[in-house]
Amino acid sequence: MSEFVDYQLKVNGVFHDVADAWLGESLLYVLRERLGLPGSKNACIQGECGSCSVLLDGKLVCSCLVLAASALDCDIVTVEGLCPEDDGLSDIQAAFLAEGGVQCGFCTPGFIVSVHDLLSRNPEPTDLEVREAVSGNLCRCTGYGRILAAVRSVQQARRQ
Amino acid sequence: MSTTLTASRGRLGESVARPDGVPKVRGQFAFSSDLFAEGMLWGHILRSPHPAAVIRGIDVAAALRIPGVKAVLTSEDVPGRKTYGLDYPDQPVFAWEVVRHQGEPIAAVAADHPETARRAAAAIVVDYEPTEPLTDPMRAIGAEPIHPLGNVLYRQKIRRGDPAATGAVVVEGYYETGMQDQAPLGPESGLAIPAEDGGIELYVATQWLHVDQDQIAACLDLPLDKVRVHLAGVGGAFGAREDLSMQVQISLLALRTQRPVKIVYDREESFLGHVHRHPAYMWYRHHADVEGRLVKVEARIVLDGGAYQSSSLAVTVNAACFAPGPYRVPNAVVEAVSARTNNPPCGAMRGFGATQANFAYEAQMDKLAVALGLDPIALRLKNALRRGDKLITGQVLRGATPVAEVITTCAGAPLPPGGPATVADLLLPGGTGRTAARGRVRRGVGFALGIKNLMFSGGYDDYSEARCRLEDGVATITCAAVEVGQGFVTLAQQTAREVLGVDEVILAPAGTVGIASAGSTSASRQTWMSGGAVQAACLAVRQRLFASVSARYGVAKEALEIIEGRVVSFDGEIDLPIAASTPGEVLEETVTYRHAPTFELDENGQGDNNVSFAFAAHRAVVDVDLDLGLVRVVEITTSQDVGRVLNPVQLVGQVEGGIAQGVGLALMEEIVVDNGRVRNPSFTDYVIPTALDMPPVHIAAFIEQPEPGSPMGAKGAGEPPLVSSASAIVAAVRAATGLDLNRAPVRPQDIALAGTASVERPPEQDIAEVLP
Repeated sequence: MSEFVDYQLKVNGVFHDVADAWLGESLLYVLRERLGLPGSKNACIQGECGSCSVLLDGKLVCSCLVLAASALDCDIVTVEGLCPEDDGLSDIQAAFLAEGGVQCGFCTPGFIVSVHDLLSRNPEPTDLEVREAVSGNLCRCTGYGRILAAVRSVQQARRQ
Repeated sequence: MSTTLTASRGRLGESVARPDGVPKVRGQFAFSSDLFAEGMLWGHILRSPHPAAVIRGIDVAAALRIPGVKAVLTSEDVPGRKTYGLDYPDQPVFAWEVVRHQGEPIAAVAADHPETARRAAAAIVVDYEPTEPLTDPMRAIGAEPIHPLGNVLYRQKIRRGDPAATGAVVVEGYYETGMQDQAPLGPESGLAIPAEDGGIELYVATQWLHVDQDQIAACLDLPLDKVRVHLAGVGGAFGAREDLSMQVQISLLALRTQRPVKIVYDREESFLGHVHRHPAYMWYRHHADVEGRLVKVEARIVLDGGAYQSSSLAVTVNAACFAPGPYRVPNAVVEAVSARTNNPPCGAMRGFGATQANFAYEAQMDKLAVALGLDPIALRLKNALRRGDKLITGQVLRGATPVAEVITTCAGAPLPPGGPATVADLLLPGGTGRTAARGRVRRGVGFALGIKNLMFSGGYDDYSEARCRLEDGVATITCAAVEVGQGFVTLAQQTAREVLGVDEVILAPAGTVGIASAGSTSASRQTWMSGGAVQAACLAVRQRLFASVSARYGVAKEALEIIEGRVVSFDGEIDLPIAASTPGEVLEETVTYRHAPTFELDENGQGDNNVSFAFAAHRAVVDVDLDLGLVRVVEITTSQDVGRVLNPVQLVGQVEGGIAQGVGLALMEEIVVDNGRVRNPSFTDYVIPTALDMPPVHIAAFIEQPEPGSPMGAKGAGEPPLVSSASAIVAAVRAATGLDLNRAPVRPQDIALAGTASVERPPEQDIAEVLP
């Protein structure tokens, strides 16, 4: 193959060199396989499951559908960038754990990103708005009940 | 805004947080697709596009010439047994001479980049001569064999009582369930690293490490100790990981290239590369007396096993044994057969066999209630199994049998208020804008009851081994039980804390090295089996601890107790923190746990083939758009027979998650197979429930009647939530529409076009012909 390029990506506030990378690589692949950020997951690689959710210039996207080399001038935030720096948990992460929103955990990082996105845009979503907002994130273990409970508990805690 | 987790002692009965939860919510948990090794290559498997073909030749030369390609392997490169299989090794590692299903592996490539590996696989020239696929399981039973072992994978007959018995009221029905996919979110993936001793270190997501090891070693022609299988993070399983996926191929590539090799399936390959739930074709006839007591159940069940054996035996036996459901049936004539076809291989999925039969027998019970003029709940209560009753296998129910309790608590729960006339626009079927007319939306309520056997059965030597090591007040548990998300890791910690009174419990990584099998994470068995093994190992260490303290301090060990993390004696003389009670000593015990023996069924399908059963009831409320055929599930209510609640939040998670898969089975999930080809191998076209599809789940009751023989009193809870939830939903749709709806999933056209010629009605006569 001859389609190899060098570029830089800004991920979680840090510039990373991407060297000698095939032009066809998705942002998801580059994050996971080149930058050591496997938190974004690869459940479908078809833009259907939301497990690869990241924020691209503040907008929620499926990183499997973004060509990495097209994200050069973008601010990319992954689940790793939503973790507090002190090795602790954000309130959303803690709520997922406490409410039982995590089983196998494969969908969890995508949910953390999309719930973070939802609550930053809309701090008081209704139940239906929460369901709509996370309907692009598939979970096969939980049936969503405990995930929705986690979102509610974050809402309540932030209100106080 | 920071939150701290609620402090608890972390014992049994508490909603303890998962020990793997923090890395999982931070995105740092290492799943099998996250692994990396220095110098690693990428593997890719070439799969057959044809469901049936003769292979006239395979030319790999062009693939090998591509720069970056390090190896291309075919069947000729398999040094040991060229086939594998869970029960019987009938499935080729790579197809040779003949292809029996679409997606069957033909060759594997290792290259320095995944795209190079994909291109190299595409450059392999396979000379196929496509043949007509055998896709009708009914026809397959008597057809020319498509495999040397024949087309009947397993046949289970059950004869009980008087086969000529008849009842005053007779109802007959024909039912089908579709090919459901487990659709775990984690794709099949792993990393194989060649070892210096000529063996292999394989990091993979699976359900049963030691049975993987057995199969891989046979194919690689290596002794068991040179095939070391380590559990990598598992992104769900639900039966899809009971069979091998690419374990052998990835190991072959690593051994050939002497470099680490990683394989990660994409979703299409995942759909083609793992087994599915057997589609079922079921004919039933129920006889009852005028009071509504069941007299006889006749059932003929054909299961489509696809191309290979997989776990068809267990699925077939379950479908037959549970053909009448959790009811007292004095006379039964049942036959279940799984057939080999050129359809995708089918095997284990949550509730295997019992779920398919449930759809038919619960529809029959509703039909019978109508014929008798009885309330369907009353009919179920009248026939509900009780402790001391016999199943159609003749097995006497000696454990907790709270069938009436799950029925009454579930059926007695209040119904949701309102109805389609008052519900918000967005909550109408299809959401606002898609519903044709509010006045044409109907509400229906359906009920279904289920039974599922727990753990391995039929005389299988079912065991799990666990080790407990106590040092300086810290317990380390080693067990090969696979954590797939269900929460065994939490339970193991809770159990160790409960028995030993310690706070800190470390779980050693699960693998095949240094510990024997824990059995599969399937059949709702790990809480009982590996929970039991961990409990027994901890109890053995506790005895050692008491013996040591007794020797050091001269007190009788019978006088010692562990209270609040301290070893104390009844007379108050001894009161020591556990960590200080045996300084410098390492106490270690390894214990193998077995459940009570089970037995094979005899030629009439009679025998004590199971050790324990769990029961569940589900009630569904649905709104149906009659014109568009769209269904919205408004609410599910359930009662579950669980023995004892060990971790409330994890139990609720199992119940809600199982019900979600029931919603899928009832209304949306089906692998569409057209002449042997899968038409929807993606999450675009194979639709699983989202947060908008899932209704609120109300748990009316967890019935806690401790199960005799269960180490902690608990029953398994993984499968019952799925077994009868789909049936309840379809019953509710029948109630709303007045239609028969004999097939799951119910598709929009089954409602909107009911009675028109465009809806296929497969002939039930076919079953009568092959199973006379």
